[in-house]
Amino acid sequence: MKKLTLADLRKFRDEKRRELDRRDPTNKDVQIVVAMGTCGIAAGAKKSFAAILDELEKRQLGTVVVRQVGCMGLCHSEPNVEVIMPDMPTVIYGKVDEKLARRIVGEHVVGKALIDDAICDRPSGDIIG
Amino acid sequence: MAYKQYLLICGGTACESNKGIALNENLKRAIAAHGLEKDVQIVTTGCFGFCEKGPIIKVLPEETFYVHVKPEDAAEIVAEHCVKGRPVTRLLYDPSQSKAHVKLEDVDFYQKQFRIVLRNCGVIDPDSVNEYIARDGYAALEKVLFEMTPEEVIAELQKSGLRGRGGAGFPTYRKWLFTKDVKADQKYIVCNADEGDPGAYMDRSTLEGDPHSVIEAMIIAGHTVGADKGYVYIRAEYPLAIRRLEKAIADCHELGLLGQNILGSDFSFEIELRLGAGAFVCGEETALLASIEGKRGMPKPRPPFPAIKGLWGKPTVINNVETLASIPVILHRGGDWYNKIGTETSKGTKVFALTGKVKNSGLIEVPMGTTLREIIFDIGGGIRDGKKFKAAQTGGPSGGVLTPDFLDIPIDYESLGKLGSIMGSGGLIVMDEDDCIVDVAKFYLEFTVDESCGKCAPCRIGGRTLQQLLEKITNGNGELSDLDTMKEIGMAMQKASLCGLGQTAPNPVMSTIRYFEEEYREHILDRHCRARKCKNLIQYNITDKCVGCTVCARVCPAQCISGKVKEQHVIDQERCIKCGQCMASCKFSAITKG
Repeated sequence: MKKLTLADLRKFRDEKRRELDRRDPTNKDVQIVVAMGTCGIAAGAKKSFAAILDELEKRQLGTVVVRQVGCMGLCHSEPNVEVIMPDMPTVIYGKVDEKLARRIVGEHVVGKALIDDAICDRPSGDIIG
Repeated sequence: MAYKQYLLICGGTACESNKGIALNENLKRAIAAHGLEKDVQIVTTGCFGFCEKGPIIKVLPEETFYVHVKPEDAAEIVAEHCVKGRPVTRLLYDPSQSKAHVKLEDVDFYQKQFRIVLRNCGVIDPDSVNEYIARDGYAALEKVLFEMTPEEVIAELQKSGLRGRGGAGFPTYRKWLFTKDVKADQKYIVCNADEGDPGAYMDRSTLEGDPHSVIEAMIIAGHTVGADKGYVYIRAEYPLAIRRLEKAIADCHELGLLGQNILGSDFSFEIELRLGAGAFVCGEETALLASIEGKRGMPKPRPPFPAIKGLWGKPTVINNVETLASIPVILHRGGDWYNKIGTETSKGTKVFALTGKVKNSGLIEVPMGTTLREIIFDIGGGIRDGKKFKAAQTGGPSGGVLTPDFLDIPIDYESLGKLGSIMGSGGLIVMDEDDCIVDVAKFYLEFTVDESCGKCAPCRIGGRTLQQLLEKITNGNGELSDLDTMKEIGMAMQKASLCGLGQTAPNPVMSTIRYFEEEYREHILDRHCRARKCKNLIQYNITDKCVGCTVCARVCPAQCISGKVKEQHVIDQERCIKCGQCMASCKFSAITKG
């Protein structure tokens, strides 16, 4: 690697900081939760997950945590993605393919608008506890 | 493609020696078996501090905190947590909680802590210069090289109030100023990483967890005082710290952060490691310099101080690891910011290695002015096994004891000095009612007598005499006049010894006599050790609860227990070696110790 100059170091730091920020949950108020049970994975949750990360990276959204959890109990509408953020109701989206995943980032997280046609009902409390 | 999940696993010496390396390998294997190499990143970090619960794994971004993880748990963590997103409940810090993610700040152990020196320990991979840079690393260096004059750097340090963390608490800016103002063709920066107190591992963990913080500070120091060469004097017994430092130095060379024309400026700086052979006295700065020069590690009278005439007779700044690690943060965030933390006279934070009879032993960092009660009971979780707190030793073999009366005194350089102890480098050993105070004093004195270089008489002869008197007392032959003799010798050593080792060696004795004279008198007058630690002052006896099972007679290595089957046995006190095996083996609690 070539020797850094001051400008290089600053640029390099910005790049690396974004990388490190992805794993640091502090001060991030938006959570996107992807259900990654066996059923979710079989239905394509991994691709949706990757699409979400990719879209966040493209838009350089630093305040979002993307987590994976186990089965949400909504197997009929896998893959499921839950979005938790301030000033918005907590919503679970169903049948989230790559395209919908990108829409969730663009319309829900950035545009603060619900994607009405994709919302699933929350399962009853005794299922998700 | 970005990682989706990060497993932060503690790579400090404490966790690695607790099968952490095997755990790390098993995790890698499990991740490969599930084909998750591109999804999950394993980050080997520095010490989390919570050594009591190690090995520790923190999963991000969920913030799941796993404790006491064994190598065989790796497969389950990967299969359940990484693949299915279900936390492994039994390994959670608090399995009873319904939420699987627990913020570190919510764990009692971390609540009263404030991490400046340890800011990156347990957060980044110490072998990755990229991660250090991403956490504002080398930002202070940028400022120093391109925006500030050396005078401004020193003024900022003065504003911060930073004092040397090696023990004595000398204002850091003054050391730098002395060296800067001397005219010389060559100057040096030395990092003192010769940490040798029993029970202390602050510097070790800092270097293992964040080596770049020390390197950055040394470059800054070099630019400020006009030195182009630095040495890190580190114990050869710290192989992991050495390896990580070497890696960090090599990475810096590659990036142009060390070597010629750093970051394109006209400043050049080199750092070399010097390994110490483990002599405690080499932590003393003049002895350390002698050792770097290849001579026998013995102290020299001061003045001249190293700041004026140090390594090879050239002006030399010597700072301790913890002092250096604080400097990049101070310069990056400003002296005023640092000055707001701490007490009137002692600013900033202090790292302690909290050990002994506390529930949560570990590496902690607290603002100056935190009380002993907060450290031992809030962070440390109190005394083990419901026993009573008796005393805490600060400053290792150079320090003294603090009694329960002082639990609520804010800890800083001055308050500890007033109580007859010292801040020292940060060892904090907690004792309970089972510890004999005379025995503790003897332990520390044996250490310093052993480590004395023998150059000056007060330390060489005084230490030995003190040790003999303590032995006499713990053997049950003490006389009351011995107490006065010890005080007299101690005072002479404090005044007349050549270096800090001898001057502070009597501190544990003086301070225990000051606060626990009663216990010394019990040893001398009643031939009694209340903690039942001093072998020659205790006796094992078999009571009438004895059913004559003969177990004790069979385990006794001195074969001094006699008696017929089904009859009460007797110990021959003359031949008894007080090993306690009979008591441990008796199933009927028939043997007493007193």
